[in-house]
Amino acid sequence: MTLNRPETVAAIAGQIRTSVSRRRLLQAAGIGSAAMVVAACGTGSEGSDGAADSGEAASATDLSDTEMIANWSNWPLYLDVDEDSGEYPSLVAFEESTGIDVTYTEDVNDNNEFFAKVRTQLEQGQDIGRDLVVLTDWMAALWIQSGYAQKLDKSLIPNSVNLIPRLADVNFDKPRDYSLPWQSGFGGLGYNIEALQAATGKSSMTSMDELFDPALKGRVTLLSEMRDTMGCILAWKGYDPASFTDAEFEEAIAELTKQVDSGQVRQVTGNDYIAAMESGDVIAVIGWSGDIFALGDEFNFTLPESGGMLWTDNMLIPALAQHKKNAEKIMNNYYDPVVAAQVAAYVNYICPVQGAQAEMEKIDPELASSEFIFPTDAMLNETYVFMELTPEQNEAYERLFQKAIGN
Amino acid sequence: MVALLPSTGAKAQVSPQKRSRTGYFLLLPGMTWLAIFFAIPFVTLFLTSLQAPVAGESGQYVPAFQVSNYPDALMEYWPQFLKSFIYAGIATALALLIAYPLAYFIAFKAGRWRALMLVLVIAPSFASFLLRTYAWKTILADEGFITSFFNALHLLPDDRILNTSIAVIAGLTYNFLPFMILPLYAALEKVDPRLIEASNDLYASAFTTFRKVTWPLSLPGVVAGTLLTFIPATGDYINAELLGSTQDRMIGNIIQTNFIEFRDYPTASALSFVLMAVILVLVFTYIRRAGTEDLV
Repeated sequence: MTLNRPETVAAIAGQIRTSVSRRRLLQAAGIGSAAMVVAACGTGSEGSDGAADSGEAASATDLSDTEMIANWSNWPLYLDVDEDSGEYPSLVAFEESTGIDVTYTEDVNDNNEFFAKVRTQLEQGQDIGRDLVVLTDWMAALWIQSGYAQKLDKSLIPNSVNLIPRLADVNFDKPRDYSLPWQSGFGGLGYNIEALQAATGKSSMTSMDELFDPALKGRVTLLSEMRDTMGCILAWKGYDPASFTDAEFEEAIAELTKQVDSGQVRQVTGNDYIAAMESGDVIAVIGWSGDIFALGDEFNFTLPESGGMLWTDNMLIPALAQHKKNAEKIMNNYYDPVVAAQVAAYVNYICPVQGAQAEMEKIDPELASSEFIFPTDAMLNETYVFMELTPEQNEAYERLFQKAIGN
Repeated sequence: MVALLPSTGAKAQVSPQKRSRTGYFLLLPGMTWLAIFFAIPFVTLFLTSLQAPVAGESGQYVPAFQVSNYPDALMEYWPQFLKSFIYAGIATALALLIAYPLAYFIAFKAGRWRALMLVLVIAPSFASFLLRTYAWKTILADEGFITSFFNALHLLPDDRILNTSIAVIAGLTYNFLPFMILPLYAALEKVDPRLIEASNDLYASAFTTFRKVTWPLSLPGVVAGTLLTFIPATGDYINAELLGSTQDRMIGNIIQTNFIEFRDYPTASALSFVLMAVILVLVFTYIRRAGTEDLV
C-alpha cells in the first residue's frame, strides 16, 4: 500500500472537519448525560467505598472464547482508515486473521468528558460495555490507581516486547502491567505559514514570545487540555513542567490570564482549533503535532525554544470488561511493527513500537525520517512530560486554569 | 377536563363517580411522564445541589444539607449569570424587532405566499441546531464578506465579529427567531382586519392604528414569543461555546464545566437550580406586568 501524502492529508483534513461537528454533537449530548450523572449521583457516591476503590480492578468471566467480539473506544482520527470504504484496513486484517469482530467507536473526545460518561458505572462496579479504551497518561494513571483498569496478561501480548524503552517505565504503571501506549504526540506551536508572514513578517515561529506577539492579537488559540497549554507556558517562564511548585503554577496562570484578558487569545478549545486554522481565522496556536501535519503544507508545527510537551495515550482494559482476551489480542496486533507503521503513516503521531521505523521505510521513506513520528533524542530533550498530579492538585490546578480561560 | 367529555348515549347510565375515575385514568400517561422526566430529576437535582464533598476524595460527594453551595456558586459565577441574562435579553429584543414586521407581513400581506413563507421560517430547523451554529462561524469569519464590510466602515472594536459578544448575540437571535415569529404570526393572524379598517375609517393614523389596535391585539403573541426566546437563550451554551471567546462565557458553559471538568456536581446543580428559579421569577413578573395571565 502506497500513500500519496498530499492526497492523504487532504482526506484527513476532510475527516477532521466532520469529526469536529461530531465532537460537538457529543458535547451537546453531554447536557443530557450530565443530567443522568446527577440522577445517578445519589447512589453513585454511596457505592464508591466498594471494591472498586481498593486498587485492584474487578474482572468478569471472560467470554472471549465463546464470543468472538471486542468493543474498542478510541479518539477520532486515531486509526488508519480507507477513505473510500470507510473501513479500517489494519483492523479488517486483524478481524480476518483472528475471526474476532471488533466494534470500533470514536467516542473518546476528551479525557474528562469520557470519564464523566462512564464514571458512575465504574464506581458502582458495573461493566462499561467496552473492552479496550485509549486514555492520556494522567487519566490512565487515575484509572489504574482507582482500580478501573485490569492487569494485562502479557503472555497473550508477546509483541509488547516491541515497546520502545523510553516508554517502558512510567511512574503510574511500573512496569506497564496495566497499560500499553497507543500513540504519543507533541504539544507545541502550530501556525499558518503565509498568514504568519503577512501579519508579522516572519515565515516561521519558534518561541512562545512570537505566539504572544501583539501583531497576532485575536488570532491565537490555546488548548483546553490544561497540561499542554500550561506546560508550554511554565517552560516559557523558565520553570520545569515536570516538576514545579504551586507558586510557579500560579505565576504561569497569571501570564495566561494576562494573555486572555488582553484579547491576544481568541479562544481556548479542544479539537476545534483545526477548523479555525483552516478558515484562516486563527493564525497560530498551541496545538498537537499530528493535527497540524494533517492540515497540509500551508501549516507548520514546531516545538517552542523554551520546550514543548510530550504526552502519551494508553490502551487500557476497563474493569469487568467481558472480552479481555480479545482486547489483548488487539493490543498484540498493533504492537506488530508492520501494523504499527501502517497506523503511524496515517495518524502522523509518535509511534511507540520498535521496528516500525524500518517498516515505514517500505511505506513512505519520507515519513520514516520524520522526527515527529520517530523523534530523535535531541528532539525529545526539548520536550517535557507534565508533572504527575494528585487528584487534589489536579482539581485545584484545573480550577485555576478554567478560571483563567473564562470559566 | 377534556377527558371527562366522551360519554355516549349507550354509557349514559355510568355513575358520575365512575366517569371521573376514568378521567384520572386518562391523566395517568401524562402524569407518569412528568414524574419520571421532570419531578424525579428535579428532586435529585435539588438533593445533589446540597451535597458535601468527601474530604481527600476529589469528585466524591455525600448527601448533606450544605446550603452554602448556593451563595458560594453565586459569589463565584454572578458575572456569567448577569451576562447570560443580558445576552438573552438583547437577543430577545432583536428577535422581536426582526420577527414582528415579518410576522405582520406574513399575516396580512403575503396572500398566496403565506404558506410558503411559513415553511421558509421553519425550514432551517430541519438542519441540526449545531450545524446551523457552525455555519455562522463561516458567515462571520474574519476574512468573510460581513466582517470585511463592517471593518471597512471601522465599526468593529476588535476588527472581527466571530468570537465576540456580537457573534454570540447574533447566534442566539438567529437560533431562536422561529420561536418568536410563529407565536407572533399566530396572534396577528387572528386579528380581524375589519378592526384595522375601522380604525382607519375613524381617521386614526397608521401609527395610532398600530399602537391602539394591532399591537394590543397581538400582545399574547408577543408575550409567548419573548418567553419562548428568552428562556432557552438564557440557558444556551452552544452559541457562547462556538461563537464566543473566553470573555463571553454564559451560565450554561459554567454548568457544563462544573459537571465535566471539575466533576463538581453540587455547584453545577446549585447553578442549574438558581437559573431555573430566576427565570421563573422573571417570567411571573413579566406575565403579571403584561397583564395577560389569561392570554398565555
